[in-house]
Amino acid sequence: MSDNKENTPMVNTGEYFTSGNLAVAEGSLAAGCKFFGGYPITPSSEVAEHMSIKLPQTKGHFVQFEDEIASIASILGASWGGWKSMTATSGPGYSLMLENIGLGIMTETPCVIVNVQRAGPSTGLPTLVGQQDIQQARWGSHGDYEIIALSPNSVQECFDLAITAFNLAEEFRVPVTILMDETIGHMSEKLVIPEKEKIEIVNRKKPTDEADGHLPYKADEDLIPPMAVAGEGYNVITTGLTHDERGYPALEADAQKVLLTRLLDKIRKNKDKIIRLEEYMLDDAEFVIISFGISSRAAKGAVNLAREKGLKVGYLRLITIWPFPDERIAQIAEKVKAIFIAEINSGQVTKEVQRVVKGEAEVHGLLKLGGAIHTPSEIVEEIERRLK
Amino acid sequence: MTEEEIGLLEAEEHPLDGYLRKGRIPHIWCPGCSLGSVMTVIIEAIKETDIDPKNISVISGIGCTGRTAGYLNFDSFHTTHGRAIPFAIGLGLTDPNRKIIVISGDGDLASIGGNHLIHAARRNADITVICVNNFQYGMTGGQVGPTSYKGQFQTTAPYSNLEEPFNLPELVKSCGATYIARWTALDVRRVKESFVEAINHKGFSFVEVLGACPTTYGRRNQLREGIAILESFKERAVIEHGIDTEKVAISKEGPIIVGKFVDIHDKPTLTDNLLSIQRMATASKDKGA
Amino acid sequence: MSDRIEIRFAGFGGQGIALMGRLVGEVISLHEKGKQSVMTQSYGPESRGGASSCDVVIDTQTIDYPKSTEIDYFVVMSEEAYHKYIPRLKKGGIIFVEENLVTLDDQAKKASKIFKLPATAIAETLGSRLYANIAMLGFVCANTDLFSEEAFIQVMKAKVRARFIEKNLTAFEMGKNHK
Repeated sequence: MSDNKENTPMVNTGEYFTSGNLAVAEGSLAAGCKFFGGYPITPSSEVAEHMSIKLPQTKGHFVQFEDEIASIASILGASWGGWKSMTATSGPGYSLMLENIGLGIMTETPCVIVNVQRAGPSTGLPTLVGQQDIQQARWGSHGDYEIIALSPNSVQECFDLAITAFNLAEEFRVPVTILMDETIGHMSEKLVIPEKEKIEIVNRKKPTDEADGHLPYKADEDLIPPMAVAGEGYNVITTGLTHDERGYPALEADAQKVLLTRLLDKIRKNKDKIIRLEEYMLDDAEFVIISFGISSRAAKGAVNLAREKGLKVGYLRLITIWPFPDERIAQIAEKVKAIFIAEINSGQVTKEVQRVVKGEAEVHGLLKLGGAIHTPSEIVEEIERRLK
Repeated sequence: MTEEEIGLLEAEEHPLDGYLRKGRIPHIWCPGCSLGSVMTVIIEAIKETDIDPKNISVISGIGCTGRTAGYLNFDSFHTTHGRAIPFAIGLGLTDPNRKIIVISGDGDLASIGGNHLIHAARRNADITVICVNNFQYGMTGGQVGPTSYKGQFQTTAPYSNLEEPFNLPELVKSCGATYIARWTALDVRRVKESFVEAINHKGFSFVEVLGACPTTYGRRNQLREGIAILESFKERAVIEHGIDTEKVAISKEGPIIVGKFVDIHDKPTLTDNLLSIQRMATASKDKGA
Repeated sequence: MSDRIEIRFAGFGGQGIALMGRLVGEVISLHEKGKQSVMTQSYGPESRGGASSCDVVIDTQTIDYPKSTEIDYFVVMSEEAYHKYIPRLKKGGIIFVEENLVTLDDQAKKASKIFKLPATAIAETLGSRLYANIAMLGFVCANTDLFSEEAFIQVMKAKVRARFIEKNLTAFEMGKNHK
């Protein structure tokens, strides 16, 4: 067996002034990522470039594939070889990856996909910011599923959430998407990479039973099956077909129900472990701005600005976008008069909030359609206008 | 597959026991299909290589041939349509000792997965690709495909196919494949020899096996029985080792050129290159760059 | 209250505008105690050749909004960039200008101070216009409290290729000493 199997993290401890794209790459290395399969696309390419420098230094491999479909397929393969693996792309590439993200969900393959969002649809604004792949990350692959998506709002958090993403992928055996955006990806801030010992790493559960009679898709109580990988003598089996606990195709409704229920529940019943939120000035808030990613930076500025004007505005940031924090938002809705959602799309999170709030509070989208980020004063003015 | 072979697969004790997954047989393939026979030959070839079964992974795409991986009792991966090759490359790169065998059909590998096929050949990726070519899409009901020859009738070529087919050996050769062979499924002994060579080969090896699909190919092309297709292969097959692959295109009635066309050993593989890059990167890191 | 300071560097592609922002951002983030900074830049094909700009926002507190809104310091190295961004200069803000490449107009009157440097001409004495950006940063360093010379030189030595260091140090010195 190759000594590379250890997924030894590469932790470049120190203080840096660097970009979100480089930070997400460094976080992935610190999480123990050993394989990157990717295809160049603006505004994500710096992630690939950085991994192409660093991975070979840590006995990992970087391969630039012929397209994004090959990239995602390759990282699924590498994950089944026991290596933590990732790719990075933007909207058009993410569209191409979605079928195989579905394979990753069905085969319960840990891996991380970074989507540095730009404005679309189609080629759209390749070099300018967007947050328009929120629902695509949730529903883009065919069929029903639950998924995990995280959204950093600073360079430091690009690093931190890369580690979180790998940990969640390993723990829940699911592809995890990091929904960045062009502004976060390209802006530079201070990044502190801690010492290796201070970074918590989660690795996939391994089977402890004998290979003979091993049931690769029989889950433990936490609904997650231990994962043997190639070369360990378990004769691993995967298929995108509906399958039973043996991993054999089971092409009928009952087996579909059993499998899909588990795949949904392993995320739904573990929402508490997955959901991360940031709250600010919510205690006495009459109004709240919900935001995420780069938009949340303007939203927080807007909260401070509004407070200076005497408006009791609070702030909720979705660090985890999927699964959606239904319960917390419903609680907040009971206490506030209105909820504003600042996002760079036509209302993809706004509609989720409306679904959750069920009319308990007014819900207004503060929407930009891509190419520019909100300014704090813009948000405050819009809130004031809506309140008149 | 002959009745006798099906009988063997269904018998309680079987020479292939341990190499097929328990409870997966009988397989889904039609009577007269070549795939059962090809699967048996793959197992025989793997046995002959003496490679530790733990170090063998089999990867398939989608389609009738794509089901092969799921029957085999190795590490086996049934992926999405066309994507077996990049999945296999990612898997293989995690351990240079792992033997990677991709087995899939002509539509899967050369149409929807065509881009991956040519790039894997270009990179000299360390994988063996076994392409069972039945000249059309079997599982979906006999549609025309990238290897359908001119004059072939299929469900989506009801007036006959007018497009040129891929000449697969020529395609992968021009892209850099370092081992290329083609046989008909009838020639079990030579198929096995080529599988053994291909699996032992360092770099990108490609074996095209011309297979019979009586159900959706044969009955539309006056070759209703699987055996009739194989008979036609037998009559037309001409062994020409080392021939220029430009000359091995398949037409409706011309000869079917088979043999070992390419066997090159001195070209660095994808793994070789990535390990070289690791050494360059480590040296550069040690210099503090 | 916030101690937020917004700097905009602007010019045309090839002047090393983004490098100015990266260097200043890093000096402040990593070497100026108690201060944070964020650098953002205009990006992509449209930033090559044509107008190029970047922002550095500095604060003693966490920086929420990462881009400039009302510019405190406008460091401008081309006429086009001057006209594009001068409306965003805060009243009482400060302008640093490449005097041979920019003709100021009435809009500059809202600035409390204007510092003029023939940065390109200085760079040409060193053999390449490429040093103009560093000369300008020397000039900015000498005339503001934004960052210290020692920290800047430390960062520049780490970020600039060894064979260009000497001339960049000279360029910085010449900018710094310009009256």
